[in-house]
Amino acid sequence: MTTEALAADEIGPPAPVPASTGARAVWRKLRRERAAMVGLAVVVLLILVAVAAPLLTAIEGQDYTTYHDTLLNSARGGVPTGDLGGIGGAHWLGVEPQTGRDLFARVVYGARVSLAVAISATVLQLLIGLAVGLTAGLAGRIADGVLSRFTDLILAFPSLIFSIALLGIVPQSFPRPVLLVLVLALFGWAGTARIARGQALTLKTRDYVAAARLAGGGGFRLARREILPGLAAPVITYAALMVPGNIIAEAGLSFLGVGINPPTPSWGQMLSAATTWFGGDPMYVFVPGVLLFVTVLSFTLLGDGLRNALDPRSTNLSRRAE
Amino acid sequence: MARYLLKRVLGALVVLLVLSAVVYLIFYALPGNPAQLVCGPKTCQADQLHRIEVGLGLDQPIWLQYWHFLVGIVAGRTYSGGPEVIHCAAPCLGYSYQTGEPVTGLLLDRLPVSLSLIVGGFVIWVTVGVALGVLSALRRGRAVDRIATGLTLAGNSTPVFLVGLLLLIVFCVYLRWLPFPGYQALTVNPLLWAQNLILPWVALSVVSAAVYTRLTRTSMLETLSEDHIRTFRAYGLPERRVIGRHALRGALTPLITIGTIDLATSLTGTTLTESLFGLPGLGQLLVSSVRNIDLPVVVGVTLLAGAVIVVANAAADVLYSVADRRVALA
Repeated sequence: MTTEALAADEIGPPAPVPASTGARAVWRKLRRERAAMVGLAVVVLLILVAVAAPLLTAIEGQDYTTYHDTLLNSARGGVPTGDLGGIGGAHWLGVEPQTGRDLFARVVYGARVSLAVAISATVLQLLIGLAVGLTAGLAGRIADGVLSRFTDLILAFPSLIFSIALLGIVPQSFPRPVLLVLVLALFGWAGTARIARGQALTLKTRDYVAAARLAGGGGFRLARREILPGLAAPVITYAALMVPGNIIAEAGLSFLGVGINPPTPSWGQMLSAATTWFGGDPMYVFVPGVLLFVTVLSFTLLGDGLRNALDPRSTNLSRRAE
Repeated sequence: MARYLLKRVLGALVVLLVLSAVVYLIFYALPGNPAQLVCGPKTCQADQLHRIEVGLGLDQPIWLQYWHFLVGIVAGRTYSGGPEVIHCAAPCLGYSYQTGEPVTGLLLDRLPVSLSLIVGGFVIWVTVGVALGVLSALRRGRAVDRIATGLTLAGNSTPVFLVGLLLLIVFCVYLRWLPFPGYQALTVNPLLWAQNLILPWVALSVVSAAVYTRLTRTSMLETLSEDHIRTFRAYGLPERRVIGRHALRGALTPLITIGTIDLATSLTGTTLTESLFGLPGLGQLLVSSVRNIDLPVVVGVTLLAGAVIVVANAAADVLYSVADRRVALA
């Protein structure tokens, strides 16, 4: 797979890898995975929607902060008037109960938060994981011992509990999305570190790496030019499946009220608000809920497809299954 | 074996010590002035603040406070804030800033709720997950397998609070089969206890069962392709016996590790479920104490969670080595 992804990162010429795992071959395999392609299409669409959120809400003619009291049925406790939570030409996905804020605008802006936090957290987790894992795998036994223990410690950490506590106690003046990314990254890198360390230990003994070492390359240069390319496949697979995990984590933390703060909308926060309205206005659960579900599912399908395309062994297995 | 156990226990103790230090230092160093927090919303005079500081030992350097905290857990500690002297018996985790109750007592009060939730959920998700996983491995590529794979994917992609909300809409609003859940103690009325917990159990199980289905399927397929299974078949052992006795045993052994650790993680990892269904368990205690910056309670819950996970990790290793004799204890 190496070439394309690595060129993007400017990592240098790829290590000699079998031609069948080149980027083009992976794309060919990926294209045959129907589920993965559907996932990819939805992911691209979601990213476009998130990027174009201001444009889309401008076309709709709404924003996510304006209250619309006139659209609410005060006799029924403030649920939206009209069927299906007030869905119509003016409000494409209806309005929020109690406030009457436009739901389309809120979920579209929520997509921004959700994707931005999840993707940034994944990138940060990858960087930390690669740094720790490669150092552990290449820098000798003492470094390996210390870093591996540390990785084990993080894996055994009650991370959800700790994240909730940390998010709740850091002063509210700290920008929340940044804080969320940092907290997610703090506990999410250990898996990547383990994979990177394992691969580095294996690749270290390969002939081409030994040759490079003999030729005078060492340390950082060796890691960058000879080991990293060999790591790309397992790490990319793992990363693709980290994104949905981060999306769920962000939604969960926001659901508990320690994630994204109002007025910035987020799906988890909306579902949390919906817990008092699900009886009178189930659409308020469905709209952010379906979006959250579809997003996580699409990323997972894409990740599974990438795994099949990148790992020749698992491709064989799935083919044998059919 | 004895040496291995000793090593494992010592290792777990070190991890616990590091964990407690990190948790304590971070949470007590972060939020400004804890004495002000004890005072609550009312404004305290400077001398009152000072008395609180001295009484709780907050005027000492933080590493010394941490030392007293550790001693308190092992041997109990005595607070002397002015005229009154309070003795807090071991394991002492301090007193809630919010209510003044001992943290240890608070944790013990909430424990049965969380236990009820996870034990019931665990039984459901392991049963459903393993059954579905075995079934889909045995019928690989057929309809059952495809349906199970689809369900796994859906379960994996649905956050527990979303499953819970959907269950509430269906069973409490539309069908009206169940009242909105509220916790009832098992000891008071077992029937009401189960009735109130059934939705939280199911919500919790959907996500976890998906994980177990996938793991069981993979593990079962792997075991079925092993040589000894082929040998048994070649000997003409009935298929039911090959699968029921030999394949299942091999396939389910790896699940022991995951199951033990899962059970431990769930003890406090069910915060979302507790929060949605209004169950007064450990997770909810954490959320409310975080909201009030009730430091002793936050530290108490976090440490308990960590301790349970560390112990479970060690227990899982030992259990695994007992179940699978091929694993040498090193």
